[in-house]
Amino acid sequence: MSELLTPAILVGIVTSGIRLATPYLYATIGETFGQLSGVLNLGVEGIMLMGAFAAFLVTLNTGNLWLGLLAAILVGALMGLAMAFISVTLKAEQGISGIGVYLFGLGMSDLLFQKMVGHVATVSGFPSLTIPGLSQIPYLGQLFFKHNLLVYFAYLLVPVAWFVINKTTWGLKIKAVGQNPAAADSLGVSVNAVRYASVTFGGVMSGVAGASLSIGLLNVFQQNLTSGMGFIAVALVYFGGWSPWGVLGGSLLFSTVNALQNWVQVANLPIPSDFAVMMPYVLTILALVFAVRRVSQPAALTKTYDRGES
Amino acid sequence: MSLLHRLRDGTVNLYWLRSLVPFAAAGAAFLVGAVMLAALGTNPLQAYGALIQGAFGSVNSLADTIVKATPLLFVGAGICVAFRGGMINIGGEGQMVVGALAGAITALSLPTWPSWALIPLCLTAGFLGGALWGTVPGLLKAYLNVNEILTTIMMNGIAVQLMNYLLSGPIMDPVQVQQKSFIPQTAQLPDASFLPRLAPTRLNLGVGLAVVVAILVWFLLWRTTWGYRIRAVGLNPQASRRAGIRVERYAALAMILAGALAGLAGVTQVIGVNHRLFTDGSATGFTGGAGFNGIVAALFGQLHPLGSIPASVLFGALIVGANKMQRVVQVPTALITALNGLVVVFVVASEIWRRRLAAREELAHTPFEARITDQAEAGRT
Repeated sequence: MSELLTPAILVGIVTSGIRLATPYLYATIGETFGQLSGVLNLGVEGIMLMGAFAAFLVTLNTGNLWLGLLAAILVGALMGLAMAFISVTLKAEQGISGIGVYLFGLGMSDLLFQKMVGHVATVSGFPSLTIPGLSQIPYLGQLFFKHNLLVYFAYLLVPVAWFVINKTTWGLKIKAVGQNPAAADSLGVSVNAVRYASVTFGGVMSGVAGASLSIGLLNVFQQNLTSGMGFIAVALVYFGGWSPWGVLGGSLLFSTVNALQNWVQVANLPIPSDFAVMMPYVLTILALVFAVRRVSQPAALTKTYDRGES
Repeated sequence: MSLLHRLRDGTVNLYWLRSLVPFAAAGAAFLVGAVMLAALGTNPLQAYGALIQGAFGSVNSLADTIVKATPLLFVGAGICVAFRGGMINIGGEGQMVVGALAGAITALSLPTWPSWALIPLCLTAGFLGGALWGTVPGLLKAYLNVNEILTTIMMNGIAVQLMNYLLSGPIMDPVQVQQKSFIPQTAQLPDASFLPRLAPTRLNLGVGLAVVVAILVWFLLWRTTWGYRIRAVGLNPQASRRAGIRVERYAALAMILAGALAGLAGVTQVIGVNHRLFTDGSATGFTGGAGFNGIVAALFGQLHPLGSIPASVLFGALIVGANKMQRVVQVPTALITALNGLVVVFVVASEIWRRRLAAREELAHTPFEARITDQAEAGRT
């Protein structure tokens, strides 16, 4: 065991853990905003797939990564807006409509990929930015300072999201709407507007999460590229207790387990790789069990708001 | 007199209008699908025509449609129990996989048993396997309030890896091991485990079982105390508790039963259609997405097990017809996945109109004096 886990390998595992947390971070931070406002968007997986495809397609055709990212943002915004319309205006059951959005994204991204690309293709995604000086530090340099821009942005998003949620009026409104919509409404906060904005922002972030895979980390697109990451992201929001730092911890834990699982497969350990792949799911269930006891969810989560006029 | 009365105050019309809402919603989804097809440069009429012909055009295709509808009906009937009991079960895929595994292992371990004993035993194993997979999220939700949507999704992931592990090791086909080809699949199951078929089609006894199960679920939900309690818990847990119902027990039961029925979907797929279990590494490789599409069918059937019967045939037809559509107009079958997603969204979103019509209907039934009192009561609170 000791010769298998050298410092270099350990650094390698943690480094890829830090990198692989990127899609989880975007998706969970976006979903945190939506859930804090009281809307459970279970369609994250579908939006991620559509975002990943849009970014991949535009980058493949234009060679411009920023246009690709923009495409993912637009597609994410559109699907987030649709989800808001379904959940807020039409008051649909959120657990089920999210599955519809997932199936739509799963089928649509595959359909469009087959029709518009139709073959295995790769793009050159966001390149690694080696930060001069800092990247030369032994171990730490590799761990923190040799990632691509989308990775840095994702980590930057955590304190920004924390600030918005806890230190701005906007954050206060979002939380008020998610805890007690009737009270927020009586104080003149438009429940629907806040929820629309939060869910749409969540959609944008899910789109970017997809893009971070297709034009940042993997640089390909294929059917079901995200393979369940979006669902895990939704679970991580519960796990992280609806706080940006909490979801950062959850995302890192998961991505590191993922990296570890890749290593188990490569290192040919006497553990069947299927069990290694199973670990994140088992871990999520355990995490949910313990998260439930730690913090309570936004009181109005999944509850539609009716002003009671008739 | 009564009918005349109802016609006059319009409640009959409202009732029909209300049951038409999901159809209108699905129609709208297909309309969006038509626009998508047109945008892809395909004639929507030609595409849908090929789809209908592929699903119902010949005896064989009709049989295939019914074969594809079978797991949808099992899963859908289970979804009716779960949703009526207030449990959202997204775990049909995993429950199907575990049911199939349990059934396949049973059949493979008892190669000399006669059909009359082996088939019921396999079905029981599948039922119990699915039930086990529903038990974990069911108990966690009922007793610890852990979100069942998320746990059922995670249980799907665990089931797939369990299947991949078993099929590439402990229960791998010995021939695969001998020839060193290592395709992850079991040996062919003993003939005695096969569900009887209506040769030459692939139509098998599974569909009969599914219809019986749907009827039993209807009976359970609307004709037994257990079913009444499940529905009461789903509608209003607080009131149920005050009425002395053990809410946790019936909520968990709803999820366990849903898992068990999905398990039946899995085992009948193995002993009725494939006759062996194989994996492409994903759940959908085996289930064909029936664990999700069963939700679509149940919703479309208005969460009524008998309504799920025609709904399952409809969505089975979509799956079978999609292949023909792919051949004739070169539209990938992925379109059907997207279309199913749209149907879910549209049907769930259209509930708001169903509720509004129901409210108006109720109002029409309420005597005038009661309405006045109601309003007075409402004003007081």
